[in-house]
Amino acid sequence: MSDHELRVSKIRDGTVIDHVEGGQALNVLAILGIDGSEGLGVSVGMNVPSDRLGRKDLVKVEGRELSQSEVDVLSLIAPEATINIVREFEVVEKNRVTRPDRVAGVLSCPNRNCITNADEPVETRFEVVADGVRCDYCSTVLRSDIADHIDV
Amino acid sequence: MRQDHLITATQLSRDDIEAVLDRAREVAADPEAYADRHAGTMLALCFFEPSTRTRMSFDSAAKRLGIDTIDMGDVDSSSVSKGESLADTVRVIEGYADSIVLRHPSEGAATLAAEFVDVPVINAGDGAGQHPSQTLLDLHTIRENHGLDDLTVGIMGDLKYGRTVHSLATALTNFDARQHFISPESLRLPRSVRFDLHETGAQVREHDDLEAVLPELDVLYVTRIQKERFPDENEYHRVAGEYRIDADTLEAAPDDLTVMHPLPRVDEIAPDVDDTDHARYFEQAHNGIPVRMALLDTLLENAEADEGMEVDR
Ligand SMILES: [Zn+2]
Repeated sequence: MSDHELRVSKIRDGTVIDHVEGGQALNVLAILGIDGSEGLGVSVGMNVPSDRLGRKDLVKVEGRELSQSEVDVLSLIAPEATINIVREFEVVEKNRVTRPDRVAGVLSCPNRNCITNADEPVETRFEVVADGVRCDYCSTVLRSDIADHIDV
Repeated sequence: MRQDHLITATQLSRDDIEAVLDRAREVAADPEAYADRHAGTMLALCFFEPSTRTRMSFDSAAKRLGIDTIDMGDVDSSSVSKGESLADTVRVIEGYADSIVLRHPSEGAATLAAEFVDVPVINAGDGAGQHPSQTLLDLHTIRENHGLDDLTVGIMGDLKYGRTVHSLATALTNFDARQHFISPESLRLPRSVRFDLHETGAQVREHDDLEAVLPELDVLYVTRIQKERFPDENEYHRVAGEYRIDADTLEAAPDDLTVMHPLPRVDEIAPDVDDTDHARYFEQAHNGIPVRMALLDTLLENAEADEGMEVDR
């Protein structure tokens, strides 16, 4: 058993997010809204050697599966990520993330004057465009700074 | 136009625009024919930001179609100051009226409102976002003076926060129009509008001053540069002064140049321009009536057609 396989199969039930671009692991945790206070078992690998990415990060979360909105936003900061669902130490499902047309929730609009920042009963919604995302409400375009606007 | 609401200029195709403007022409030619067309219906005027002319323009347009209007009044005296969400406000007002005109200080407000109600919503300005009914009357004015193709338009002033500019620039991409954007560096078009222009393949030609492009223009669209956009007053006076025009400035313009302004103006167009043949801004403001009549007529007609189809949905 290789070192890599050992790392990803150590949790009992939960999710392993693998092949995350090096340096993005903490942003992945932010997308999942995990800061440690939830009491979930979390381990993070950073800058692990990877054939595909050179160096990669990975995140393992015990007892937690991802919602579609979380996977959608994840795909924006970690387009190569794979999501492994683990039950009883076995990977029972392995999925690559795909780039969605829209992402809902999770991100907040960077435009302070956007109606979505005004205590209205709506989720944020962004259209995924060539080099970023664009607010469905105010049209503000978010590019490389996506990770700064994860709403936790 | 097969639309339920008018929220942004980006939703408008060339056909949509021409359909409304054709109808505006008909309205202008024979207003009597439209007098009672929507009698018995009600329009709610919801202005969360001070406005006199846009509100009055819609009020007048509605009444000329036989529509009764109800006005939310000033924000200070309404429940908004008590912290009610916009989503709640419009859902309540939907029960009082058959269509809603909304002005709001936040970008995206009209998009949100339209998600919560079934009656037509017209965006009459959302923060520094869009003001598409103004654009329709702007285009009507341009069309009646020059036509909408083979056109060179200069847009000058506050391009960053100017919602009339944002809507006009995107709408013009439907036509064979070259656009020049003239503004101080700090007030250039925002990323969101550039995005739409690039999407359509339109070129964004930017200039620091008017002089070089003035001789090429068919239309010069002037907007106000507001004091609050500058950190200090001296800077404002220095910069704003460079984007004022007077009759002398226009000596270098083509004879048939049309000068437009969404109004109110302060001093960016000197009064001596009013006496030149270039001045079209009062005509432009007056065009608000037939154009908004045509717009209301179209949206209410679409809403009635939708109602007829309800069973099949
Ligand atoms: Zn926004």
